[in-house]
Amino acid sequence: MSDTTVDTDKRTWLIASGCAGAVGGAAVAVPFISAFSPSERAKAAGAAVEVDISAIKPGEKLTVEWRGKPVWIMRRTPEQIEALNKVESQLADPESKRNPAELTPEYARNQARSIKPEIFVGVGICSHLGCSPSDKFQTGPQPSLPDDWQGGFFCPCHGSTFDMAGRVYKNKPAPDNLEVPPHMYLSETRLLIGEDKKA
Amino acid sequence: MAEFKDVPPNAPAAEKALNWIDNRFPLSKLFKEHMSEYYAPKNFNFFYFFGVLSLLVLVIQILTGIFLVMHYKPDADEAFASVEYIMRDVPWGWLIRYMHSTGASAFFVVVYLHMFRGLIYGSYRKPRELVWVFGCAIFLALMGEAFMGYLLPWGQMSYWGAQVIVNLFSAIPFIGPDLALLIRGDYVVGDATLNRFFSFHVIAVPLVLLGLVVAHIIALHEVGSNNPDGVEIKDKKDANGKPLDGIPFHPYYSVHDLMGVIGFLLVFCAIIFFAPEFGGYFLEYNNFIPADPLKTPLHIAPVWYFTPYYSMLRAITSEMMYGLILCVLVAAYLGATRANISNFLKVVVVGSAVALVLMMLSIDAKFWGVVVMGGAVVILFFLPWLDNCAVKSIRYRPDWHVWLYAIFVINFFVLGYLGIQPPSAIGERVSQLGTLFYFGFFLLMPWWSRMGETKPVPDRVNFVAH
Repeated sequence: MSDTTVDTDKRTWLIASGCAGAVGGAAVAVPFISAFSPSERAKAAGAAVEVDISAIKPGEKLTVEWRGKPVWIMRRTPEQIEALNKVESQLADPESKRNPAELTPEYARNQARSIKPEIFVGVGICSHLGCSPSDKFQTGPQPSLPDDWQGGFFCPCHGSTFDMAGRVYKNKPAPDNLEVPPHMYLSETRLLIGEDKKA
Repeated sequence: MAEFKDVPPNAPAAEKALNWIDNRFPLSKLFKEHMSEYYAPKNFNFFYFFGVLSLLVLVIQILTGIFLVMHYKPDADEAFASVEYIMRDVPWGWLIRYMHSTGASAFFVVVYLHMFRGLIYGSYRKPRELVWVFGCAIFLALMGEAFMGYLLPWGQMSYWGAQVIVNLFSAIPFIGPDLALLIRGDYVVGDATLNRFFSFHVIAVPLVLLGLVVAHIIALHEVGSNNPDGVEIKDKKDANGKPLDGIPFHPYYSVHDLMGVIGFLLVFCAIIFFAPEFGGYFLEYNNFIPADPLKTPLHIAPVWYFTPYYSMLRAITSEMMYGLILCVLVAAYLGATRANISNFLKVVVVGSAVALVLMMLSIDAKFWGVVVMGGAVVILFFLPWLDNCAVKSIRYRPDWHVWLYAIFVINFFVLGYLGIQPPSAIGERVSQLGTLFYFGFFLLMPWWSRMGETKPVPDRVNFVAH
């Protein structure tokens, strides 16, 4: 081949093989990127958890682990259920209308966000950046909380507050209410977390 | 390709050996180019220690890291205990571990000072733009390296810090939740996350870092070092073509830097031996509690070197979004009425501002917090093209520029302090003002850097022989 002319036939094949190489290279990226996603073992680890709730007294909270997350089971007192009414106007989403498919199963789309009014089941992970809020059941004025505090949960990371049904207050970093996991009662005292009747 | 050279048969063995190598690998050539015949300005001051010191800390981190990996177990059940095992049972393990943990903070101290030096002396200006850009990439890689390394001890702060930062990615619209899942490798931060962060921390990011450091130094040695006067020493050369104000890096600066290294090591060792936790700033107290996925510590804050950016993240609330929207609208108004650009570009400016405002109204403030935090680092890359001042060095800029840079530094410290503190109403307001100032400093630089009267720049560097 001389210095002045280009062998167009050869060039076409060079471009074609270059493209084939690029496609092959891109295809090789697929298994590597897929290796980042959860393994079969991690996917299988999401089994349902069975909990005995008979020992929880009114005003007490039990935390169990489901899919690596804390799930709270809270037996609310009549005063705490009463308070859900009072705070309604200060909440961002009192009727659980935002992302109901992911956050609130159908049977919990009520004021108490639960099947039975006294038992609240919720994932204790703040909808902001995933910290676990702390219990603030004591009512009245206290540090970091408003003076008319009616009891609920407070996220230490960025200051979001939730009522006793895991409903988020307005103007807080957290956009959504706490997630209510799928759950069902096997009997009066046995609760299954991670599965409901639909499934 | 170099000519094959011969040495006389009676030459000393060392000369013969060097000649043998030089005929096969450019050893003498490299040494001359980068050491004995690399001419650096003779007026370097205190701030010019930090480049060499960051290289030293990189070596310390790699060396101590190699030894830590020999004893550490990247397993959610064993990681915390294996770090305590290194601290208590491995001979001198505590020293190696404290060198590594103190080294992480020392790295950011020297890199922040190194960047500050570049900022005030205009070391990012033409023709050193790529030196600066490679440097910013190093800073970004270093942040990733530090963040992933911090998960490895598997303490409470490791766990919840990673949980918060990985969840930041899930704020990105549409792809966010899947991206966070891809990063964690599980539905929560867990064993899979720990393992992949270990892999990134010990091999992937260090390889990238080393490559970037080489690129940073090659680019620097191509254009030559800047100096506190911002005068190009290559403009004034002697009869041999050597810069009049330049001295060979070796032996002058290699010996000079040795003094800086000794000073640094004195402080470094004092911290390792007497205050390795540094009052909870280098090793946070909550990290001495094993990770508990069910319980968040009452107060979580990142390590000190991330807190200015963390403050900016927290500053973006839904209220703050209205302030930012106002800024975008004012910028668009000024662009449309005052800027000296074609009408077509003005339409583009207004159109993109409207699109941006619509996005700002429709996407959660959480996402924009992430954008602001990332943007605070990314904006550094553009510094060479934002600065329009006629002179490089702060020494010859208008006096009020000095005050502006001083406020910038104070503001950075204030943001850093607020990022350590628990959230508060007054802190939120101050960090919002601080965030606006930080971005204003850079985004308005094309205009303010042109204002004021600069002082005459000398032909030669200022140097008093000693």
